[in-house]
Amino acid sequence: MAEISGFELDDLDGAPRTFPSTDPTLICFVKEDCETCNLAAPVLEAFAQAYSDTANVWMISQTREGSLVLKDRHGLSLPILEDADLQTSFAYGFDIVPALYWCPDGAALDTHFEGFVKSEWQGVDQKIAEMLDTEVAKIDWDTLPDWRPGCGSKHLDPEIHDRLLAEASDSPIRARKIEIASADDVAEFMFDQGFSDGLPIVPPTPERVVRMLSGTRRSPKDVIAQMPPNMGEATVEKIAINAVMAGCKPEYLPVVIAAIEAVCTDEFNIHGVMATTMGASPVLVVNGPIRDRLDMNSGLMALGTGNRANATIGRAVRLAIRNIGGSKPGGTDRSTLGSPMKFTMCFAEREDRSPWAPLHVERGFKAEDSVVTAFAMTSGPVHIVDQESRAPDEIAGTLGLGLESLFLPKYHMMPVDTLLVVCPEHVDTLMRDGAYDKDRLRARVQVVTMRPLRDMVANEVSGAGMTRAAAANLDEDQLDRLVPKFAKPDHIHIVVAGSDAGKFSSAYHGWVTGPMGSQSVSRKIEDV
Amino acid sequence: MTVILDPTDEAVPVSRQITPRSGQVTGVVGLMDIRKPRGDILLDELERLLGERMPGIEVRRYAKPTFTKPCPDDLRTQMKAECDFVVEGLAD
Repeated sequence: MAEISGFELDDLDGAPRTFPSTDPTLICFVKEDCETCNLAAPVLEAFAQAYSDTANVWMISQTREGSLVLKDRHGLSLPILEDADLQTSFAYGFDIVPALYWCPDGAALDTHFEGFVKSEWQGVDQKIAEMLDTEVAKIDWDTLPDWRPGCGSKHLDPEIHDRLLAEASDSPIRARKIEIASADDVAEFMFDQGFSDGLPIVPPTPERVVRMLSGTRRSPKDVIAQMPPNMGEATVEKIAINAVMAGCKPEYLPVVIAAIEAVCTDEFNIHGVMATTMGASPVLVVNGPIRDRLDMNSGLMALGTGNRANATIGRAVRLAIRNIGGSKPGGTDRSTLGSPMKFTMCFAEREDRSPWAPLHVERGFKAEDSVVTAFAMTSGPVHIVDQESRAPDEIAGTLGLGLESLFLPKYHMMPVDTLLVVCPEHVDTLMRDGAYDKDRLRARVQVVTMRPLRDMVANEVSGAGMTRAAAANLDEDQLDRLVPKFAKPDHIHIVVAGSDAGKFSSAYHGWVTGPMGSQSVSRKIEDV
Repeated sequence: MTVILDPTDEAVPVSRQITPRSGQVTGVVGLMDIRKPRGDILLDELERLLGERMPGIEVRRYAKPTFTKPCPDDLRTQMKAECDFVVEGLAD
């Protein structure tokens, strides 16, 4: 026989009733606005009349008002205990009221059922009478229906249940609680604490954080990363708190967790990305089935506003870096100008409109995997406009010329990544005469950006580039050598996004790519 | 009253004590190059000046692998063990 939770609850006269008890005990949880509980109340009263000399027969009501209503309505004399804070209901964990528990020795459970099935109620009546060696209760069972469904217990109301979960002794909440006085404005308080990126944030109450944590199967205590510069422990719980503040729904949390895993790798190097005066920030691309499940935007306005998942996933990652890692503007974030991407930058690839393997498949994942890929980018999206080209090589050439603006058009042989977002109309032009694979597009970018080395030498127009002294060591043939924009074609990452109308592609420009700077990192998203 | 959960790493602010100043430079002075461009030039000049003005001290040079990433623990420990003073060249 199972042990059940103990309690001490007051009855309507204020007298404490304690379980376990030395006497046989029947407990029934009810709520006054449940029709089935009202059907059961006279039955329980009859049980009390029959057995209360030698046993406890207790009704437990979920509000004080409810207790009074039931007492008056049914003329009850049995003890009605109050569980107004619902902690006892929560501890028992039933779903439906009436919920009956029969404990013949006053401690261990013998019989439990929920709702009203007449045979069950009759059965327990028999059991009690036999055990106490007395007559069964005086109940005209024929007048009662065979079956009535119960009602959902009050402790399962979402707001109440999340609070109870947060307050329970095995609560998943470990974070420090901050009490904000009722005279204080919560939004203003959070700005004052420096939690915000400058925009309003959602207060991370325990109830909201518990709800957010329901979005993942991972333990709230799991440490996802040590986040620089403070090397703060990015636990699932801390990430959930920042996700609440950013405005995420619980189902977004696995994407936020995977993105944080990605940016906190040594390869991605979030410390350098955040600290550089050049002002880099993570750009997150989401691939796979989760895009549809979260209703992410990969089409019209994919890189812009209006989609909650796009906007808040990127923001949650940035808030976590700020709050858990401690990277703040003027602290270790030393961007000369910064960029709006420092608020948020996350979008989904429009896989259905792409003629190529999606980004995650190109990077070795299965098509059915959901994956987030993080790029460290310093500027973007920078538009590449071409409404005239009608031939595949022409549009590929345009995309190349557009990418030449990375850092400075004059700079070539750049060991720097770019993320090229090709719009559907440009895709259609590329594919007009048949397949045009990504490597061909990359090669075309390199070909059309070929310039002689002498164009890269510092001159009176721009002192940037190769120093005059270095150029003086090269002969004319060497200065005539043609070099492309990118040190390697692999620096050109390509995805498809955008609406069906409009001949506007766009590009993000990277930071220092490689082991000394940042490398793009993909992480699989937990399948919940 | 509203209760919210702390979104930070909850690092307790610690007021750090500065090492007591003896009023003179003795022993080993470490010069740390974080590998920002031209940091080495600044530290070369500093080493020359220290050699001229404080011939009694020993200067040792250190460099981070890259300015973009935090100082490796091994290097930090090594400098702490070997140096009485460290001068670090920050930024450009």
